[in-house]
Amino acid sequence: MKSLKRILLILIYLLPSAFGIAGGAHAGVTLLNVSYDPTRELYQDFNAAFAKDWQAKKGEAVDVKQSHGGSGKQARGVIDGLEADVVTLALAYDIDAIAEKARLLPPDWQKRLPSNSSPYTSTIVFLVRKGNPKGIKDWSDLAKPGISVITPNPKTSGGARWNYLAAWAYALKQPGGDEAKAKEFVARLFKNVPVLDSGARGSTTTFVERGIGDVFISWENEALLAVRELGKDKFDIVYPSLSILAEPPVAVVDKVVDKRGTRPVAQAYLEYLYTPEGQDIVAKHYYRPRNAAAAAKYAAQFPKLNLITIDEVFGGWQKAQKAHFADGGTFDQIYQPGK
Amino acid sequence: MGAAIGLLAKTKEVPRTRATTESWLVRLALIALALTFLFFFLLIPLVEVFQKAFEKGLGAYWQAIQDPETRSAIRLTLITAGIAVPLNLFFGLVSAWAIAKFEFRGKNLLITLIDLPFSVSPVISGMIYVLLFGTQGLLGPFLVEHDIKIIFTPVAIVLATIFVTFPFVSRELIPLMQAQGREEEEAAMTMGAGGLRTFFKITLPNIKWGLLYGVILCNARAMGEFGAVSVVSGHIRGLTNTMPLQIEILYNEYQFVPAFAVASLLALLALFTLAAKGIVEWRSNKS
Repeated sequence: MKSLKRILLILIYLLPSAFGIAGGAHAGVTLLNVSYDPTRELYQDFNAAFAKDWQAKKGEAVDVKQSHGGSGKQARGVIDGLEADVVTLALAYDIDAIAEKARLLPPDWQKRLPSNSSPYTSTIVFLVRKGNPKGIKDWSDLAKPGISVITPNPKTSGGARWNYLAAWAYALKQPGGDEAKAKEFVARLFKNVPVLDSGARGSTTTFVERGIGDVFISWENEALLAVRELGKDKFDIVYPSLSILAEPPVAVVDKVVDKRGTRPVAQAYLEYLYTPEGQDIVAKHYYRPRNAAAAAKYAAQFPKLNLITIDEVFGGWQKAQKAHFADGGTFDQIYQPGK
Repeated sequence: MGAAIGLLAKTKEVPRTRATTESWLVRLALIALALTFLFFFLLIPLVEVFQKAFEKGLGAYWQAIQDPETRSAIRLTLITAGIAVPLNLFFGLVSAWAIAKFEFRGKNLLITLIDLPFSVSPVISGMIYVLLFGTQGLLGPFLVEHDIKIIFTPVAIVLATIFVTFPFVSRELIPLMQAQGREEEEAAMTMGAGGLRTFFKITLPNIKWGLLYGVILCNARAMGEFGAVSVVSGHIRGLTNTMPLQIEILYNEYQFVPAFAVASLLALLALFTLAAKGIVEWRSNKS
């Protein structure tokens, strides 16, 4: 009985003190950047640089909080009430979805910042085991029997949707290629996929650390980062004959910044991505910069590739999403788990 | 459960004869099998966690725990358990008392409801709160209008944790209280003790070890819960990540030493829980 009382007393004393620590709020302004999976390292660096710049210019401390996950999942979170001042997602459709379903920003958000609101681009490449033991050179090799392919789930991951469309575009552009052949090709490719993780980083872990799969269809930046973090002697990057120009867009979430009174700093945060300093950080983290000077400086790490765009082949994200990734779209038709 | 073990220990030991035991070969094989299993599935992973955590020395371990985001995750985990456990202690005690000592209509329904968090997947437990409190959810418009934030804040994490850990205390107490029956309480009542007095003088002392045991299990789950918390957290670094979520983030960022350092803290908690459980069982056997 005595010990029980003692435990209760300890708990009662502990509670307010725990709250006391939690209440120690930061001075200055905070921003929440809801981003997709592989940008963790990029924004960690970028946030520090921006905070320094903002402090120097405005004399105000800014603390940028980060949240990362599969791009579609993150958009869903913002729609459900995750209070993002800015979103920096993997593809335009996910921000469209926020505009459409929750009306937190206007439908023409993509016109508000330069270059389709995409301060950096990337593309889709293959990460293979050192020496490329399965001899993988192009998309056609991924659909061959006996090849194990790793990609995240296109339903939740932005990168995976770029992967899927790049494969589709490759099949379309082959001699005699048409929609039916492309669908058949992508179906064969997805038969080779043993696991679908929900985000790009989960897939990287599956391929790199758990050692599953012969080839990982990956963001270029994610592949370069994996090679850097885990050793050049373990993986090679293979550049396919054709890939897709991925434009991960950024946007201020109007309703949130107006409510919180953070519009100036949120706007400045995104604009800082376009400055020479921002572009240098972007390139350092293996995203292809828009700025010519930064592009020239880091030219060696970004080989020239034959890149198609989503607008020219698929007529934009709205159409592509509806045809391929909505319920009953081509992905649902071709992908049957465990078969 | 502790009391059940206590009962078993008190029954007189049956002397072993050839008829009640197996040959030594069978016994040896079975024991070896169990030990091998324990070794590979429990001991090795546990050692591995600590080995990875200390791979780069004590300094790196300490630094990993000093990281502001990690410390905030540890703090949030402690706060969450600090709220969820006392509340569930209270709810569990009240519901177990009502169920074990009184007869009323809908009792079976109540028992089923209490068990609900055990029978649904934690992911569903999290989704319930998103569907309820999300801006597109049932209460969403009302909450937005009054500027009340629940989902993707620590509040949602506490709520989800309370839900998931709800059954631990009452599940522990109901069988114990039922086995003890009502005689002692009835005796106290006939001697003129009131309801509250009966509860504090008779009921509570009888169940204290079972109660403590339930609280220990409840606490372990509250600190270790991943699924439900992951759904409602929003994963804002330094704000809404608990220890299990922080471990996943660190691991996915190739920060293996910090990831396993936090994991080792949770493992320590598990060991501490086991030790506490052992002591409680031992004490309840003695009493």
